[in-house]
Amino acid sequence: MRIPIKYFGLIAEITKCQEETISFSGSFIFELLETLHSKYPELKNNGFQVAQDRALVTVETRLTGEEIALLPPFSGG
Amino acid sequence: MRYNRQIILSEIGPLGQEKISKAKVLVVGAGGLGCPILQYLTAAGIGTIGIIDFDVVEASNLQRQVLFGTSSLGQNKAEAAKKRLEDLNNTIKIQAYPYKLNYQNALDLFHQYDIIVDGSDNFETRYLVNDACILTNKPLVYGAIFKFEGQVSVFNYQNGASYRCLFPNMPKKEAVPNCSQLGVLGVLPGIIGSMQANEVLKIILGIGTVLSGKLLCFNALTNETLILRITKSEKTIFAILNAKDEFHKTHLNVDCKTAPTSISINDVFNKKNIQFIDVREADELPKIDLFDVVEIPLGELEHRLDKISLEKETYCFCQSGTRSEQAVAVLRKHNITNCYNIQEGASEIIQSLKV
Repeated sequence: MRIPIKYFGLIAEITKCQEETISFSGSFIFELLETLHSKYPELKNNGFQVAQDRALVTVETRLTGEEIALLPPFSGG
Repeated sequence: MRYNRQIILSEIGPLGQEKISKAKVLVVGAGGLGCPILQYLTAAGIGTIGIIDFDVVEASNLQRQVLFGTSSLGQNKAEAAKKRLEDLNNTIKIQAYPYKLNYQNALDLFHQYDIIVDGSDNFETRYLVNDACILTNKPLVYGAIFKFEGQVSVFNYQNGASYRCLFPNMPKKEAVPNCSQLGVLGVLPGIIGSMQANEVLKIILGIGTVLSGKLLCFNALTNETLILRITKSEKTIFAILNAKDEFHKTHLNVDCKTAPTSISINDVFNKKNIQFIDVREADELPKIDLFDVVEIPLGELEHRLDKISLEKETYCFCQSGTRSEQAVAVLRKHNITNCYNIQEGASEIIQSLKV
């Protein structure tokens, strides 16, 4: 499955890109996160939420192939 | 005459203007976001506007905090903003609170207003504002920025999602830097703050679609806007309501420190009264049989919380430390707070047991 992923805020600074498409054979969001954590080890120190097809999802959610977004909290004002 | 251009909009009219003039809005923080919010709400004729900010105007603020000028340097921001806004509109009531919002003064203050707008610049205040809005049942118009990106949402509106439904726990203080460390282009808080003012007016007027249950993400470099759906977590909100009696006893600075989630296996061995949870799937190897382990795959954890003894400290592990970290977040979401993630994966745990 080819999965488009969007990165926001500090997460995009770590991945050094705003979006990418990765080929992935797993079925769940947490499996995708494990892959991303090994690709970008710095992700581990950062909290974020995951959205799939523009809706926030839990890590136990099954991947559908639709767009994933990694969303960190912002504090600035 | 002053409000003619908005009154002639059929969606507003004289009745809408009356609603605006009766509204009471509290803006937390008169900084990058607070300035445009305050400016537009004052100009629109919001009847009562409160401004709370303990900080003073510095030269480095002027690039984006457009209510202030050279003559405001060194003045308290709430008071300097009030002075400028009273010149902009002398027909409304503006109240300045030149001190820090905290757990002791928030509820009394929020009770006096209809809508709370968050223009603060730190997580401690954002979580305080969210929880106080839940306890006083006030809608919260949220905005936050990071470099060239912004987020906007409306929380706690007509029983909708709260900030904690989006981000349940406060990040570690050092994890996310702020504007003064990172830099920010002045127009970004101008855009995001204006969007917040827009949401405030929509709520008051009852027009359009309010950003409740949704998070708007804006990127100033690409002009891309993404709206994500947020699911309300009844449990999260209930936990805040349930802890109402504790609220005013909380101290802002103490609250900045969140409990650490991860620990090394080497620090776990000497602990007593603990339980280990293996959150891997049943077929994953190597198995650990040198101590008692409860096996609950991450996907099933939420439905098998009864297997977890609340009298013991809980230590989760998996193959690499990633799923177990998520498991700890799941447990803490369900108010099981004495749980930790073992940083090492199963093979490393076995290795350290052999030493």
